[in-house]
Amino acid sequence: MAAAGAGRVSAEAGEAPEALGPGPVPCALSVNGREVRIEIEPRVTLLRALRHYSDYTGPKEICDRGACGGCTVLLDGKPVASCMMLALDAQGRPITTVEGLARDGKLHPVQEAFKTCDAYQCGYCTPGMLLSTVALLKENPAPSLDEIKRGLEGNLCRCAAYNHIFDAVQMAAKKMSASPAK
Amino acid sequence: MPDVLTTPAYRWVGHNPPRKESLEKVTGSAKYLDDLKFEGCLHGKTVRSTVPHGRIKKISFEPGVPWDEFTVVTARDIPGKNVVSLIELDQPFLADGLVRHMAEPVVLLAHPDKGMAEKAVKRVHIEYEELPAILTIEESLAGGNIQYGKDNIFKKYHIQKGDPESVWPKADVVIEGEYWTGPQEQLYIEPQGVVAVASPTGGVTVWGSMQCPFYVHKGLKPLFNLPDDRVRVIYTVTGGGFGGKEEYPTLPAGHAALLSWKAGGRPVKIVYDRMEDMWATTKRHPCKTRVKAAFTKDGKLLALKVDATMDGGAYVTLSTVVLSRGTLHAFGPYACDHVVIDTRAVFTNSPPYGAFRGFGAPQTIFPLELHLHRAACELGIEPHELRRRNLLHQGDRMATGQVMQEETGLEGLMWKAMDESKYLEKTKAYREHNRSSTRIKKGVALALFFHGAGFTGSGEVFLDSKAGLELTRDGAVRILSANTEIGQGSFTTHSQIVAEELRIPYEMVEVAVPDTAVVPNSGPTVASRTCMVVGELLRRAASDLKEVLVKSGALAGNGHTPSEFRAAAGKYLQRFGELKVYSKYKPPPDVSWDDKTYTGSAYAAYAWACYVADLEIDMATYQAQMKDFVAVQEVGRVIHPVIAAGQIEGGVAQAIGWALYEDVALKQGVMQNCQLTNYILPTTADTPPIRVFFYENPYQNGPFGAKGLGELPMDGPAPAIAAAVAFALGDRIIPRIPILPETILDAIS
Repeated sequence: MAAAGAGRVSAEAGEAPEALGPGPVPCALSVNGREVRIEIEPRVTLLRALRHYSDYTGPKEICDRGACGGCTVLLDGKPVASCMMLALDAQGRPITTVEGLARDGKLHPVQEAFKTCDAYQCGYCTPGMLLSTVALLKENPAPSLDEIKRGLEGNLCRCAAYNHIFDAVQMAAKKMSASPAK
Repeated sequence: MPDVLTTPAYRWVGHNPPRKESLEKVTGSAKYLDDLKFEGCLHGKTVRSTVPHGRIKKISFEPGVPWDEFTVVTARDIPGKNVVSLIELDQPFLADGLVRHMAEPVVLLAHPDKGMAEKAVKRVHIEYEELPAILTIEESLAGGNIQYGKDNIFKKYHIQKGDPESVWPKADVVIEGEYWTGPQEQLYIEPQGVVAVASPTGGVTVWGSMQCPFYVHKGLKPLFNLPDDRVRVIYTVTGGGFGGKEEYPTLPAGHAALLSWKAGGRPVKIVYDRMEDMWATTKRHPCKTRVKAAFTKDGKLLALKVDATMDGGAYVTLSTVVLSRGTLHAFGPYACDHVVIDTRAVFTNSPPYGAFRGFGAPQTIFPLELHLHRAACELGIEPHELRRRNLLHQGDRMATGQVMQEETGLEGLMWKAMDESKYLEKTKAYREHNRSSTRIKKGVALALFFHGAGFTGSGEVFLDSKAGLELTRDGAVRILSANTEIGQGSFTTHSQIVAEELRIPYEMVEVAVPDTAVVPNSGPTVASRTCMVVGELLRRAASDLKEVLVKSGALAGNGHTPSEFRAAAGKYLQRFGELKVYSKYKPPPDVSWDDKTYTGSAYAAYAWACYVADLEIDMATYQAQMKDFVAVQEVGRVIHPVIAAGQIEGGVAQAIGWALYEDVALKQGVMQNCQLTNYILPTTADTPPIRVFFYENPYQNGPFGAKGLGELPMDGPAPAIAAAVAFALGDRIIPRIPILPETILDAIS
């Protein structure tokens, strides 16, 4: 079973560290604006909590080492590799998965652009690629080609739809700057 | 947008409708295998061998693990034959007594808790009596340790045209070289995954990530001694294949089914983690090739001799056919009167090498094209000019005796590629630059090549494929085919073809899930055959379906609106209940092949191409970096230009990886760098602009003139890149790939 040392240790100043686990503990996540309450062993990563303990299968387990970007979700609006953090550490912080991008049946402009530009082939890296793009455009609403390449360097696409993806990012950037609601 | 150099005269063909699966893929709602939840599912794991060759002495289960909670399967539990039915019957599902490579499956475990299953793998101990292993092609052919047949050779081919031996003494120049292409991991981004439900009463049902449901079907029947209709294989949305999900999925499918069978029919899921996937599954065959070529001093190719050896690994799997395709692409698109090609695939104690985009052709095109670059340098002729003087034209005979019935158009493709890449200006400017710059060296070079579409030789006749269409209850049309959507856009292009033939909107065509209980066997999704061969079966089925509706009086024969078609379909279904129309493969006329002499029409259709690679080498780090890439090809009618361009770009990028980055580090015959942190793929930053241009010379036996194109882009980049590296290094040929910084350092020091 999981080593006791894998439990989360409270780091607040002055408090005695309190080890959690190794058995299941409650965990409350805020996913796409919804509260998700699950029971998990403290060692469970955010990726596995989303995929196996709730129904968010959008983020993918591809390398499980933070090297491919396939498990990317937004945490506090910033992209993180959900395979590289514990679910317990994500408690109380807003999480966006690919399932949370479309609103009221309307695609996010980044999704729309990926669809229009055929910016995917097999689609398995696409959830991560979409979220990295959303984060990139939030930081930099009009990225140059080089900035796009650097911004998405951590997201591997073996089908290598890269050139289509660059087109999609530029298309989404234009659309989003034209209607700044997003 | 890709440049297509004809104007399409069709409503759907040649246009770019959104992919059939686009919404699911951009919203994250597409359910891949590991996204599917099965009630009461067990998680299966595979205990694998840790020696390359040995006799199993003892299997023990470490105390302290609640083994009674596990389902455990060994070779003894197999109800039918312990053999993977493919070309030869030499590979077991589970090693029985003898292991012949590292990572060979020996014991299967399943447990309701995935973590428990993962941890238990290391608690199963297998003791071996180790036996001497063969780890290289040279050791295999040395003859001291024979483990397959009488000489370790899985298969040999010989093609002979004329008599090269008589030419060598008379030629002005004879140039020889030896080349090496390394293994390459397919690295489909979704790992191998299957779920099986199996029991003596219910039969076997498998869901999985795969290219070829009927391969799995064929593999499972003897494993359980079950007839056709008791085994069912269902495709799930598949996150890439590139050949890696051609033959391999039969193994995990069999394993999951064996576990489920023993666990009383509970569902069992096996999903490999990345490490296991890279460690245990197939890779591109490594290949060593010697090329000898004779020229006149003005560059006429007088004779060509190619001798290639592929490492097949420990079981035959697809090596014989990979070798065949390699053999039939070894002579390139050149006219030459004296050619001899000798090839062989040999046994080693490595995990079997397998299908990977290009299927042997990239391994033989690389040495030939790089050799021609070398010859051009030695003869003092520009590389494009040397090619031009030897190109295959209408009426010429290939080494197999196949007469080119039409103009290949290669010279035009070459000029177009040179124009678009500014090849001539660049060769001049880069030579100038390289004389003065010590830090950055620049290189530009080209490669010419073809790729035969469809199964080799009489393969399509043996496949005997069948595809069909049915009317749906709401008056639309559903495609019935076993061909899978693995990212290449086949559901979309097939729908376009059917919509075009039936003159109905693309939106009125749906695609049935490839499920062996529902669709006919339209053959595997491989060999650049899905659009060309299966697409044509569907076009003919559509034509027949229309005829049935017209003959029944439901549809007017002289054109219809979508609502008229719907009404006609409704009327027909009301009267007759259902309409399913199938068509079967018919070989094109004038195409014949002799397997004994290896002569005839190896392929009914070829795609032709010229690619130009432009790169820089930083002489401080020795890293080669792509700067620009131009891909010009003739692929018959382009059904969906955006998808087609995506195929070319993707193949080029994978070939850039093979040429410059992807190094499979082997130890004891098995990959050591089994992570995405140490097996380096091209990223956004490594992928240059890839500029794609299509010429269309419609092929009369393809749907609306289409030929195959999926594998073509894997063929040309590596030799163009290696030649551009040679250019940058002042005509110093590095005859092996991948060309890593270390490789360049070694070559120049």
